[in-house]
Amino acid sequence: MIYTEFSFPNDSHIIWSLMIVTYPYISGIMAGAFGISALYFVFGIESLKPVSRFSLLVSFSFLLCATLPLLNHLGHPERALNVVIVPNHRSAIGGFGYIYSLFLVILAMIIWFAYREDMIRAAEAASGLKKRILTILLLWNQNLNDDTRQVDRQMVFILTAIGIPSMAVLSGYVGFLFGSLKSNPWWSTPLMPFVFFVSGIISGLALVLLLYLYLGWYGYLEKSYICLRMLCSLLWFSTAMYIVLEGVELLYFYYESSDAWFVISTLLFTKLKYSFFVLQLGIGLGVAFVLLSAMFTLKLEETSFAKMGAVAAVYLLFEVWMMRWNIVVGGQLFSKSYVGFREFHPQWLEKEGILMAIIFTLLPFLVLFAVTRFLSVRPTTEEAPEQITSSGSQAGENI
Amino acid sequence: MKKRKAPKRSRSRREFLKMAASGMAGMLIVTLIPKSSSGQRIHNIEEMKHVPDWMDHYYAYVVDTTKCIGCGACARACKRENDTPDGYSRTWVERYQITDTGHVYIDSPDGGINSFPPKDVEGNVIKGFFVPKLCNHCRNTPCTQVCPVNASYESPQGVVLVDKKVCIGCGYCVQACPYDTRYIDPRTHTADKCTWCYHRVTKGLAPACVTVCPTKARIFGDLKMKNSQVREIIDNQRVMVLKPELNTEPYCFYIGLDRAVR
Repeated sequence: MIYTEFSFPNDSHIIWSLMIVTYPYISGIMAGAFGISALYFVFGIESLKPVSRFSLLVSFSFLLCATLPLLNHLGHPERALNVVIVPNHRSAIGGFGYIYSLFLVILAMIIWFAYREDMIRAAEAASGLKKRILTILLLWNQNLNDDTRQVDRQMVFILTAIGIPSMAVLSGYVGFLFGSLKSNPWWSTPLMPFVFFVSGIISGLALVLLLYLYLGWYGYLEKSYICLRMLCSLLWFSTAMYIVLEGVELLYFYYESSDAWFVISTLLFTKLKYSFFVLQLGIGLGVAFVLLSAMFTLKLEETSFAKMGAVAAVYLLFEVWMMRWNIVVGGQLFSKSYVGFREFHPQWLEKEGILMAIIFTLLPFLVLFAVTRFLSVRPTTEEAPEQITSSGSQAGENI
Repeated sequence: MKKRKAPKRSRSRREFLKMAASGMAGMLIVTLIPKSSSGQRIHNIEEMKHVPDWMDHYYAYVVDTTKCIGCGACARACKRENDTPDGYSRTWVERYQITDTGHVYIDSPDGGINSFPPKDVEGNVIKGFFVPKLCNHCRNTPCTQVCPVNASYESPQGVVLVDKKVCIGCGYCVQACPYDTRYIDPRTHTADKCTWCYHRVTKGLAPACVTVCPTKARIFGDLKMKNSQVREIIDNQRVMVLKPELNTEPYCFYIGLDRAVR
């Protein structure tokens, strides 16, 4: 049977647009940044020390803003809290409020313990409103001695260990929202949570790498070649994992050749031809992976290594955004008749338009800037000089 | 000058008990009045007549595709009855034309609300038929499963409904419905769908689309009634459901469903 194009009458509108693209993008960055901190605080990877606490702040800033695009998307945002107050426990979204809140609380507590000493010192040096705010943040407790430092370190270790599964659930969770919908063959795959999780890790790593290079350049963070190399190694590994996952997913669809493959193949080779094959896989993933591979294959100067890493990170950030777009919007470009397709062209000034998406994507940076007014991006104050030597002993001073 | 306090009005114990008793009686009467599905008090005498029977039904819907002539009366009646927004349909009719070249032409202009003008197709039509579509009121409902705030729910009579006062308008149910019978109402920003005209059936009336169908292609009834037509059809005839592979257990059954139907 050869079907001519037909869409169901209610299939003329895209319901989940740029806001639902933006949310997993932000939450993915949050997960990736937290992963870097966890590698240092829990698994003791010393080379990541220069960015360990800064990554916590990046993660926190993005987590704080993650729900904003969702709220903007809702038809009735004033009822949003009902998701937590009267949730449907059978719904995949029903658990969102709890998972999000749990991770937010854990992350806030980690930051509190990780920055306690810094905040005490800052409070002692500050005056006026800043001192008052810091005193409140410290919960009026400014005890500082070896015992309290020990407790702080232990708490950071324990909380970060608890935070890892919470972060993985929160990040992979959005993939589950899509993957569990049997109505949509492009979404309905058990690999979806892993695809979202790994791509989230990539975007978080890429952003922290870029910010690290930027802040290192301006002297806010210690330039450490070992740290940079470790970040790029992790980025390469995550990207390789992602290529395998994406490849297996597509191969599975193709090899199974079910009813779903007809609509998926048509979708990929018509509507998503440019955005999936050219922008996401070709320009985003392909170029970045070649760059990252070249960085570790060729003998590069540290400056060149850093520059190539930065370019690869930009490409990967673009790739992950395109992936979100192709999944979220791509999955709505065909009708549930499976034989009809539609167009989607986002507008600039609509409620869920391009401008709002840009604002919500940039907002976490503003929050990060505000947070760093109170919390230093540098590694632990007292250990900083020591740490610079240890992690930056082989460092290129000109990154 | 100091304001003089008004003397306290003394109440006898008898008066107090009287007031308390009448107050309690009033509260009891209020709580005894049955609630409608939307939570509003019922004040219509006609509605009250059917209150005892509300829960004692289990509805099903049968579409006989061999009888549908594509007149679109059902779609028009639905729009009038439920005031569906332009561009959206709670129910619609699809026209299938299968040609000797192996092509399947499907169309549903405006949901078939203005019937079907002739359409040019390649080759000769060897098979043509109409298929009315509506919410399947599934038992294993993907839409109520995913609703994060229980705004989508299944009534005791087997009707899947949306409480617009609770719906947050996330659109998850719209994505989850494999039959595309849900939409976000642009006026209320909440999910909307076919209710089998719940406001009518709870008064003992048939859904609007069933009432106006000139060929009786749409049949609605109570599975709990032994002599109901829907029960007779489901028990004795070969009926099919849409997308059975998804295991949604629809309670909208089809007679004469062709393999070409999406």
